[in-house]
Amino acid sequence: MFQLLDPAGRLRNGAKPPLDDEFVLEGLRWMMLSRAIDARATGLQRQGRLGVFSPVLGQEASVVGSAMALDPTRDWLVPQYRELPAMLMHGYPLHKHLLSKDGVVMTYFGEGASSEGDFHEACNLAGVVKAPVVFFLQNNNWAISTPRQLQSSAGSLAERAAGYGMPGVQVDGNDLLAVNQVSREAVARARAGEGPSLIEAITYRMSFHNTTDNPSKYQDPAELEAARARDPIRRVQAYLKGRGMWDEKREQEFEQAISEEIEAAIVKAQKAPLPNRSQIFDNVFAELTPRQAAQRRELLGEG
Amino acid sequence: MAEKLFRAALREALLEEMERDESVYLIGEDIGVFGGAYRITEGLLEKFGEMRVVDAPIAEEVIVGSAIGAAMTGLRPVVEMMTVNFSLLAYDQVVQNAAKIRYMFGGKVSVPMVIRLPGGAGHQLSAQHSHSFEVLYGFIPGLLVVSPTTPEDAKGLLKSAIRTDNPVMFMESMSLYNTRGEVPDEEYLTPIGKAAVRREGADLTILGVSRQVVLALAAAQKLEDEDVDAEVIDLRSIRPLDWKTIVDSVKKTSRLLVVEEGWPTFGVSAEIAAGVQLRAFDYLDAPVNRIGGAEVPMPYNQQLEKAAIPSSEDIVKGALAMVGKKVSA
Ligand SMILES: Cc1ncc(C[n+]2csc(CCOP(=O)(O)OP(=O)(O)O)c2C)c(N)n1
Ligand SMILES: [Mg+2]
Repeated sequence: MFQLLDPAGRLRNGAKPPLDDEFVLEGLRWMMLSRAIDARATGLQRQGRLGVFSPVLGQEASVVGSAMALDPTRDWLVPQYRELPAMLMHGYPLHKHLLSKDGVVMTYFGEGASSEGDFHEACNLAGVVKAPVVFFLQNNNWAISTPRQLQSSAGSLAERAAGYGMPGVQVDGNDLLAVNQVSREAVARARAGEGPSLIEAITYRMSFHNTTDNPSKYQDPAELEAARARDPIRRVQAYLKGRGMWDEKREQEFEQAISEEIEAAIVKAQKAPLPNRSQIFDNVFAELTPRQAAQRRELLGEG
Repeated sequence: MAEKLFRAALREALLEEMERDESVYLIGEDIGVFGGAYRITEGLLEKFGEMRVVDAPIAEEVIVGSAIGAAMTGLRPVVEMMTVNFSLLAYDQVVQNAAKIRYMFGGKVSVPMVIRLPGGAGHQLSAQHSHSFEVLYGFIPGLLVVSPTTPEDAKGLLKSAIRTDNPVMFMESMSLYNTRGEVPDEEYLTPIGKAAVRREGADLTILGVSRQVVLALAAAQKLEDEDVDAEVIDLRSIRPLDWKTIVDSVKKTSRLLVVEEGWPTFGVSAEIAAGVQLRAFDYLDAPVNRIGGAEVPMPYNQQLEKAAIPSSEDIVKGALAMVGKKVSA
């Protein structure tokens, strides 16, 4: 498993800092924003003000480190549901993407999803046509209550790449620097026309699957404790501290700014107008079918 | 008789059939320690062990495929699809294999498999997770398709489904899991292929598909205030259809309103309307009417979702129009 930072935030074997500190700080900001959103959104869900929510908690380095390897002006980011900071970072500028010629696709999925047949079909086809795709597998050890070893007997999920004729690499998914490095390499390879790659980020889902779940039914608390000791955010903070770029004051400033950003977004969302019932028929077809038109008239009480 | 939750009745059926017959086993996603996404298999792993309660990788096609193979060679698998929406990934196995194997093997092999399919809307699960797919399975020869609406039938139909030698698609309305009803204490089976008259009436028949029966009964109550006496039928079996119960009722009331949550175009209600005009044309005083879901992917917003599925008010309105009345203010 490729790693640059050890869990205490020290560079391994005298390695040189691979990224400039501003870039790492930017990554840390996204990671901290993500974690703060998790807490706030979970609270809103518990108050009945938000629907089902899936936290990123524990996987921030994996999501942020990979998404920061993309060029938002031309690359595609195709998330699952546990990549909120990546989506905030990139938005959905589809029109730009559809025209870009040298864009790369980074697609995210869990180790559970990688048991589905279509994952294998996609990898196989991508290998054959040398598609510019990075398959980013977040192995967080859980698929709802199903542990990773029930998904596959393969020791490494990255090794499957050999069967599709592409490189596969296992990376410490809680190490921002390492994730970013392997992601950059895979993106560069795709951009150069050399084809797809598979990245398996080893991380851990430190929270529930989503707000309907209760992990205490199936999760060993010791395992969660062990994961906490590998917390991706604390690791980056420790690293930056060692470089004189992080202290308590800075942490408070970050947290303050993040909290203001989230509250402003909530206020904005609350002010958004409620949709109208008549809108349910929009965008199914280019124009309403006769039966839809009849159903719409009935719904609106127009006879 | 004792009052039980719908979900508990389903669990009892599994438990009793697994105790009765060693060849019955369960397979699905998160059905073991977790007890299933809707808690239907809770405690069954502890009781029957890993050989009979199998937690599978997320791979619906092979979950169903392996169950078909097991069924062909003598076991009686009960598959839990986490929701009906994911059964699309296994549709090929169901249509091409489960439904056809008896035929293609000249009757020498059967597929005594049940697939449990929690479905329906109403939980803000949005466009891809709120389907009613009765039609998708109902139109395949070789499959039995049932859909209970009471705890009693949930248990009785599931036991019948496990015992028949045909593959059965067992549609469960997620919204009914926490409803209660009387369940007999003694052993019983609810026959597949029989509808049930839930309320007798003289003015029109309201036929509910799956959970719509519950809405139809509520509507019938309100219709009383308008001096309309509605008969309510619970379809229970989508394939085969119980024409006798439906036609007898239509002969009595002369009017039929069919309600389903799924899209009405090519819907279960379309099949029933076609069959009824053929069998009871001379008895009808009005065209068969039907109410179905809005022909759109399910909206996420709570209010929009409500607008996209039938309500008991919609049924009252439809029924009144059929007997020539308007909703009184
Ligand atoms: C085809 C299909 N099958 C099952 C599900 C239900 N489901 C939703 S998320 C999930 C677990 C996915 O686990 P994983 O891929 O490891 O992603 P993670 O939640 O860990 O990020 C399951 C089984 C689904 N949404 N779609
Ligand atoms: Mg996972």
